[in-house]
Amino acid sequence: MSGLFERDKWQEIFATISKNKLRTFLTALGVFWGIFMLVFLLGMGKGLENGVYKDFGARAKNIMYVWSSRTTLPYKGYKAGRMVPLELADLEILKEKVIELDKIAPRNEIGEHPVVHGIASGDYTIRGELTDMPLIEAFNITSGRYINHSDVADARKVCVIGETVRDVLFGEETAVGSHLTVRGVDFKVVGVYEPGQIKEWTREDMESVVIPLTTMSRAFGTGEYIDYMVCAAKPGYAVAQMEPKIREVLKNLKSIHPDDSSGIGGFNLEEEFQQIQGLFFGIKGFLWFVGIGTLVAGIIGVSNIMLIIVKERTKEIGIRKALGATPNSIISMILTESVFITAISGFLGMALGTFIIGGLSYLLISNNIETENFYNPQVNPIVGITATIILVIAGLLAGLIPALQASKVNPVVALKDE
Amino acid sequence: MIRLKNINKSYTMGANKLHVLKGLDINIDEGAFVSIMGSSGSGKSTLLNILGILDDYDEGEYWLGDQLIDKSLSEKQAAFFRNQHIGFVFQSFNLLNFKTAQENVALPLYYQKVPRKERAARALEYLDMVGLADWAGHYPNQMSGGQQQRVAISRALISNPQVILADEPTGALDSKTSHEVMEIFKKVNGQGITTIIVTHEDDIAELTNQVIRLKDGQIEN
Ligand SMILES: Nc1ncnc2c1ncn2[C@@H]1O[C@H](COP(=O)(O)OP(=O)(O)OP(=O)(O)O)[C@@H](O)[C@H]1O
Ligand SMILES: [Mg+2]
Repeated sequence: MSGLFERDKWQEIFATISKNKLRTFLTALGVFWGIFMLVFLLGMGKGLENGVYKDFGARAKNIMYVWSSRTTLPYKGYKAGRMVPLELADLEILKEKVIELDKIAPRNEIGEHPVVHGIASGDYTIRGELTDMPLIEAFNITSGRYINHSDVADARKVCVIGETVRDVLFGEETAVGSHLTVRGVDFKVVGVYEPGQIKEWTREDMESVVIPLTTMSRAFGTGEYIDYMVCAAKPGYAVAQMEPKIREVLKNLKSIHPDDSSGIGGFNLEEEFQQIQGLFFGIKGFLWFVGIGTLVAGIIGVSNIMLIIVKERTKEIGIRKALGATPNSIISMILTESVFITAISGFLGMALGTFIIGGLSYLLISNNIETENFYNPQVNPIVGITATIILVIAGLLAGLIPALQASKVNPVVALKDE
Repeated sequence: MIRLKNINKSYTMGANKLHVLKGLDINIDEGAFVSIMGSSGSGKSTLLNILGILDDYDEGEYWLGDQLIDKSLSEKQAAFFRNQHIGFVFQSFNLLNFKTAQENVALPLYYQKVPRKERAARALEYLDMVGLADWAGHYPNQMSGGQQQRVAISRALISNPQVILADEPTGALDSKTSHEVMEIFKKVNGQGITTIIVTHEDDIAELTNQVIRLKDGQIEN
């Protein structure tokens, strides 16, 4: 293959290819289609994947939700059916005893209450929180700030409001720095926030007023109870590892029977996420399988056609040999032709696949089409590079047998006059 | 120039063995103009293919100049000899249909790695020698048999070989064209190139200086 880049050889090959267009076209078709299918399928698969992952948004995925529920087993003199609420104090104990635990964001809700600013008012959910919920739920702080540590420590009468609340109560007015009233208590607005994605299921975030948990406890007499908390694992730790420890600590703390399947409830989002990841891993594997299969069929097709071509070109090869072509030059000629045809047709297939996927993506975005479970189909550049390498190797493989066949052509037989 | 000593060649087809050349001893001097005659199946083409190193022989010795041509010659070396020292002309011309006359003539130089421009120029020169300079851009199927054969002869000559081997070069041509083609061979031979022509026709053989007659794989007379 010394002369792979010789200009002359390429000219010789171009001449042969361009003067046998139909033959070249037929050879190219299989690979073109194979690589097109591969790129197209994987792009669509990516769209499906993006569509599903989009619902997760930027929110943390290494988290679990923890809440309390009614016990089902008697324990230490307590009867079954007891309800043991979680408390703010539990957080410190959990942090101390569960080393995998990174952040805890608790939340207590006291339901909807009239929220008043001047003459404007509306019924909104009142939430008591600490500082970390925006990190976990991927909230955008659209102005001002969220609850901070001093707010919590000093139980300040401050609040952060959802975009809808701001809209209704403040309209054109600046919300941050203004005041509002909840159940007769005056709060200063320090920030406005919205969920990372505005969806049906995040509407409640838009319609909430968040105050420090400590303030809630003092102002509305909720004790230091919390409804649920979101626990994030430290990087490198699995939530599945952390979950049983949290349950154990809490059960111990609340005197719940260790074998009680109820009492402390939990939902492992990471596991859910991993299941979806696993599913897509499977889907992707399948798409690769189908795509590669199509491609392989294309390659076998090329090889077959090249074989036929070599048969058809027996006379030509015989002539070339009689004129002084070495077996290597014949092998090199057939291989280069094969690689060239596969590479070009594959490249065209890839281009078309990318173009269609890109066009689809563009149409979806520019027309604001939001489909369930399908979003932004993409062609991964890695796929392109891999495919190109596969193509060259494929071309070599496809050409190999025909090339060897060609090099063995016996000029005496090939040139026999009938 | 060419020395054959006791050349034997058989073809095996299944269980049958066909002894085609039975101990040929032939000497051909440099610059000779030779015709090989004999009935169909007498082994003329077989002999010519051995001379052209397209085929090998079973027994004996074949010297081309001072080079012994035998099985120890690699395919690559054989290709080199064919390319540098031997020019072929066939009954059915064997031009590449998808190449123009000029490109066909230039092809042997491609395998000598002569630059493209020079190839084209020399091909035109050799076409001119056979009176076909104006036909350089034509494809074989746009030419008459006689013209095609003249293109083929130019192609055989372009690498400046020591020997021209022609297997029934006039077999597909009418007698007038045949004689035109023979004129060219005569001119070629006049330049000192050893010319060996296989033919069936006596009037063609008469135009050469020496006739070798084959009968049943042996030399007659
Ligand atoms: N590749 C081959 N395999 C088997 N037998 C062959 C082969 N080539 C030639 N023969 C046989 O060898 C014998 C000589 O063939 P060759 O072609 O040399 O004859 P020829 O003198 O050129 O005949 P013609 O005048 O018809 O061209 C014939 O009987 C032919 O059938
Ligand atoms: Mg013959």
